[in-house]
Amino acid sequence: MKKVFKSVMALTIALAMVACGGNANNGGRESQELSGAGATFPLPFYNVVFEQFGQVNGDQVAYGGIGSGGGVRNLRDKIVDFAGSDAFLSDKEMAEMAPVVHIPTCMGAVVVAYNLDGVKELKLSGEVIAQIFAGEIKMWNDERLVALNPDAKLPAEAIIPVYRSDGSGTTFVFTDYLTKASSMWREKFGTGKSVNFPSGQAAKGNPGVAGVIKQTKNTIGYVGSEYAFAQKIPYARIQNPRGEFVLPSSATISAAASGVIPADTRCSITNADAAGAYPISTFTWMIIYKEQNYSDRSKEQAMATLDLLKYILSDEAQHITSEVHYAPLPAKAKELSITNLKTVTYDGVAILQ
Amino acid sequence: MNDKLYKILLFVAALIMPIVCGGVVYALVTDAYEAFEHFGFFKFLTSSEWSYTEGAEQYGALPFITGTLMTTLLALIFCIPFSLPVALFVGEYFKGTKIAAILSTVTDLLAGIPSIIYGLWGFYTLRPLVMALNISPQGSGILTASLVLAIMIVPYAASLSAEFIKMVPNDLKEGAYSLGATRAEVIRKVVFPVAGSGIFSSYILAIGRALGETMTVTMLIGNTNNIPDSITSTGNSMASIIANQFGEADDLKLSSLIAIGLILFLITAFINLIGKIMIKRARIA
Repeated sequence: MKKVFKSVMALTIALAMVACGGNANNGGRESQELSGAGATFPLPFYNVVFEQFGQVNGDQVAYGGIGSGGGVRNLRDKIVDFAGSDAFLSDKEMAEMAPVVHIPTCMGAVVVAYNLDGVKELKLSGEVIAQIFAGEIKMWNDERLVALNPDAKLPAEAIIPVYRSDGSGTTFVFTDYLTKASSMWREKFGTGKSVNFPSGQAAKGNPGVAGVIKQTKNTIGYVGSEYAFAQKIPYARIQNPRGEFVLPSSATISAAASGVIPADTRCSITNADAAGAYPISTFTWMIIYKEQNYSDRSKEQAMATLDLLKYILSDEAQHITSEVHYAPLPAKAKELSITNLKTVTYDGVAILQ
Repeated sequence: MNDKLYKILLFVAALIMPIVCGGVVYALVTDAYEAFEHFGFFKFLTSSEWSYTEGAEQYGALPFITGTLMTTLLALIFCIPFSLPVALFVGEYFKGTKIAAILSTVTDLLAGIPSIIYGLWGFYTLRPLVMALNISPQGSGILTASLVLAIMIVPYAASLSAEFIKMVPNDLKEGAYSLGATRAEVIRKVVFPVAGSGIFSSYILAIGRALGETMTVTMLIGNTNNIPDSITSTGNSMASIIANQFGEADDLKLSSLIAIGLILFLITAFINLIGKIMIKRARIA
């Protein structure tokens, strides 16, 4: 019995030492457990980054993919260290809570995925996508679709649009694009995390929408690009303001962010007027409070939060983006974010020097 | 002394449940108040608008009440041909035999399968079948959700019905046999009339289960916030709209979702109450 006890003790001590040995890079503070919640759109990227961050820094990150809206609500209720969101907070939302900082983590694309027998390539314009989701184009062989795709064999079947049943940053990005690309959409539906789509069916979360499209013929829907890649669902080339039909890729997403980025990085890059730009591209953000001392958080926890964000902005983490079908941040966005991170305080004192 | 302590402990334990239930009702009512006040109670019940447009938000529960009642009712209809034969098999024809014990165990096992499994089965197996049979182009909808719900509530309806069928006094049945009645006649003329209200109440309890089912329904119903115009079209149920939209809801929308929760609570309570009354009647008879 004594022997067993001794070996258990030895094992515990050994484990503790391993755990301590791991945090060589975090400036000697204790390992922290961070928690965040929000967007599912960047989840595949975050999964890889958080694991690497854990190995490098010794801090563990738990992230709940509950949707951008839910993440922001958790942050407002002050129960998480950071929120993930594909939609930046509006001025009105910002006014309702304590000052926050938006840190872009990567860029991604919302793809328009479809399930059509025998159609390998589909070209769509913003106006046509808007009419499909507004229920005005009802058939796959509608002349407006045929005009864009003269070579494709479009069937005489009804189109089934698939959209999100829950509030979603992906919906926000998609409808933000449609609002810019179609005046009809702007007047009738507008931009939002939830929009009253008049036809089709809805599913919960990016995986839900991707699953329905994969399983149902004649569907069309919008999902974060990684979900279409993972399930091997084909997606359309989309016409940008320059008239080019573009597929989403790291290069075409990056091209969309070549314009001016404001100091707080809150900007939409959909329908960007740039050569080779994929029009439904977006930044995705992590949002943290400017004053990190809330809900009894320790200073070390605040430091760990900033370490995480610094790590995500580093070349090492940004390199991962293209491996998981996202795009790295442009240099300007990284630069602005480092400046913004330096304004984050604990008890009024800047954490980063 | 010991006896007194025991009594107090029991009393406290018995008190906890009503307090929890009261707390649930209190929280639902206070949080739903804003929606009822803003839209009016009856307007909220009868409006079919569910619109998020900022500044002109309109929330009405009618599409979801309809969706819930339609799926539940259809599930009940679909479940009868499966559950009643099982109940008769176990409670009358093969009463007390090994095969009856096996059948009732297997049926009860169905109740232990998590609803996500039923949902996935419906999504990957039943839905393509519905599409292949050209019943509906998108596969999801009221019908698909009801079919899976029906299977889910079979064990609840079957095992309780079987108990009531077993309880029919042998004297009555033997009396009928002695008069030359066939087995089918005995079931029709003796078993059903005597166990009838008991069987009825077991179905009521099964309905209570179907009303609140969330995961399976949300995966199969299509989640469109309008009143379904046929059983093959898509819709949404009360539990499913809450599951879908609670996460990011705030203010008026949050209150409206809680109001839907309150209505669901009331409907479930009402239906369970009917079931309980019928069981009581069955016992007395």
